[in-house]
Amino acid sequence: MMKGGDILSNRVEAGEDGDVVPGSLDLPNAVDVIEDMSHDVKRAFFEDKQSTLRDLAQTTAAELLAEQQRQLFAQPAEEEQEEEELMEAAALPNVSEIGFYLEQAGVGLGREEMQRVFLALKQLVGSQALLRCRLWGKVLGTESSYIVAEAEYREGEEEEEKSFEEVTEEEEREEETQENERDQLPQSAYKPPPAVPKEDLGTGTNKFVYYVCKEPGLPWVKLPAVSPEQITAARQIRKFFTGRLDTPVVSYPPFPGNEAQYLRAQIARISAGTQVSPQGFFQAGKEEGDEEDETTRDSFEGIPAAKMAESLSTWVHHVQHILQQGRCTWVNLAVKTGEDSEEGEAEEKEELDEPEPEVGPPLKFENIYVGWGLKYAGEGYSPALPPLPQKDYPSGPEITEAFDPSLEQELVMKEALEEQQSAIEEMEDIDDEDDEEDDD
Amino acid sequence: MDSNSLYYSLELVSGTGSTLSVEQRAALQTSLVMLKKNYKFHRVLFWGKILGLNSDYFIAQGRGEDEMQDKKNLYSLNCMDWSLLPPATDSMIQDVSKAAKSRFIGDPSYVYEYPEKKPEQEEDAVESEAAIKVIEESRLAVTVHLIEEEASVVPRGAFVKSPLGVVQINRSFGGLSQSEARKLDSFFHFSKAKNPEKSILEIGDLNQAIDFLDVLSDDIPKGETPEEFGLLRTVTRHHLLWLGLTFYHVPMTPQHGYIYIGDGAKNLDLPFLL
Repeated sequence: MMKGGDILSNRVEAGEDGDVVPGSLDLPNAVDVIEDMSHDVKRAFFEDKQSTLRDLAQTTAAELLAEQQRQLFAQPAEEEQEEEELMEAAALPNVSEIGFYLEQAGVGLGREEMQRVFLALKQLVGSQALLRCRLWGKVLGTESSYIVAEAEYREGEEEEEKSFEEVTEEEEREEETQENERDQLPQSAYKPPPAVPKEDLGTGTNKFVYYVCKEPGLPWVKLPAVSPEQITAARQIRKFFTGRLDTPVVSYPPFPGNEAQYLRAQIARISAGTQVSPQGFFQAGKEEGDEEDETTRDSFEGIPAAKMAESLSTWVHHVQHILQQGRCTWVNLAVKTGEDSEEGEAEEKEELDEPEPEVGPPLKFENIYVGWGLKYAGEGYSPALPPLPQKDYPSGPEITEAFDPSLEQELVMKEALEEQQSAIEEMEDIDDEDDEEDDD
Repeated sequence: MDSNSLYYSLELVSGTGSTLSVEQRAALQTSLVMLKKNYKFHRVLFWGKILGLNSDYFIAQGRGEDEMQDKKNLYSLNCMDWSLLPPATDSMIQDVSKAAKSRFIGDPSYVYEYPEKKPEQEEDAVESEAAIKVIEESRLAVTVHLIEEEASVVPRGAFVKSPLGVVQINRSFGGLSQSEARKLDSFFHFSKAKNPEKSILEIGDLNQAIDFLDVLSDDIPKGETPEEFGLLRTVTRHHLLWLGLTFYHVPMTPQHGYIYIGDGAKNLDLPFLL
């Protein structure tokens, strides 16, 4: 067959079929088509003879996913439906409307995908009984992506977090006592600088809790609260996400934690840097010291859409900026009283997609992030260099190495010493004689 | 992606988060058809969108007889009025890479300036400041050209090289099978082959008409383009060097294509990111 094909193509080269086959129009080259067709026919013949083997039912990845996503579409029983409707009205915003507006602005994940994501959000609200839930966006990774949902804490949630932390502390203490019983190695006197304390749940960077999932329909995983040192480390490194939450983040300076913590830190930075709302939509809470509480103003009159699209001054950040320290409210580590300070560094724009969606009726606006989770760095990223190695000990004559004196040098030294000795003795003798003479 | 299949293929590539609004899609459908007639292209593709600060550029590509050589790029700001982009020459590429480093502004006549100072030579210190000026239109042309060169992906067998050297669509391409679609070496770069030297053993396995392009698996760094399986059993791949390029292929069908929606910046930090 191969030879036949070669002969045919040789003929074409020689131009014998040149008149018949006009390659410049849309008609295909008939000879090549026939070749391919005969190839396929012969392959089909070969397959039929293999019928003695039975096909194993192999579930592909797509089929598994379809099974799990089927549950998204399940309708609950009628009795529960009424309660659920009430709950949903409070918890989820009108999801199809948001999807529609985002699509008008050119942002989105495709209609079916958005629909599935919203159904998954509904499932999350139902299973975790959250107060409020919102689609935060999607973070792309090298192997798979994360769909991120932002939710508000209920009061019971905080207690669970604290108990988890207490358990880990107890485990650490047990380990330490065990080590004390064994022989102790010399302890270094190095004490790391005191860690900046985490912000409380419900405030600052930890105002919301985030859940992620890989595909709508797969179970949601809760991300841990973020700590300031994670944020400062995340500011210095630049890494892709892989799509698995337990991947270690290998970088310099070393990041404390796995991909789950890195993701949470990036989410916090992105929210602080890019979430905006129309001016006047939120107002600060009236109680003193509660600057983080924002409630929607009921008497908000919408700013016309044309005005909002023209100038940037009608949009304001409504999430607190993250300070250098890694928190939203400054903690003075030297002194124990807390102070509020302002002024952080100006942050540049995010690398991808922080759209300003078009505003329809006045109260509709939405923030969504879809991207790779990296910050826009103008010229290029160069990682921090490791610090210079510390010097061991200041060099001085006591520890500088020198050759041992050779035999001749030692003899010379000895003679010189002996001469000195004899000179000194002579001097003493002369002194003694002088003394004796004086006495007389 | 092909203008004929614009409707449904856009759904497949929306993983990166950017789609087109219905208005834009409708406008594209009409204007691309007119473009095909006016310029006498064989095929018109919607190549993608380059996002700028003030406005975005829509890029279309027309293909002539030879799919690889006869390519013309056009840009538009409103999906209706298209202007031809100049072909990218080497000197243009050099100028642009020096002068234009920030984001696209959105105005094709915007001028980027880069003052170039020559170092002082011996005692005759002559500092000549020759400013390199680049307009955004040429920057656009260069960016599109580079992305095409480095990042365009096609499945194996989709294009054939006729003995005359003309690259054409393979009308008997039935699509890759599921298992083939998972392997990296069933996908090629759609640009002039840069690794023509292969051992005779490898050439024996290849079919000269089909395998005339560079295989993706020869790329360094490996794993440059990750996969994603949607429910439709499509294979989509995102490009990591040019963030925003997505390639899709539905196995067992001849549907395939790629689209770039992004800010036109090459991701030079890739070695740090992996």
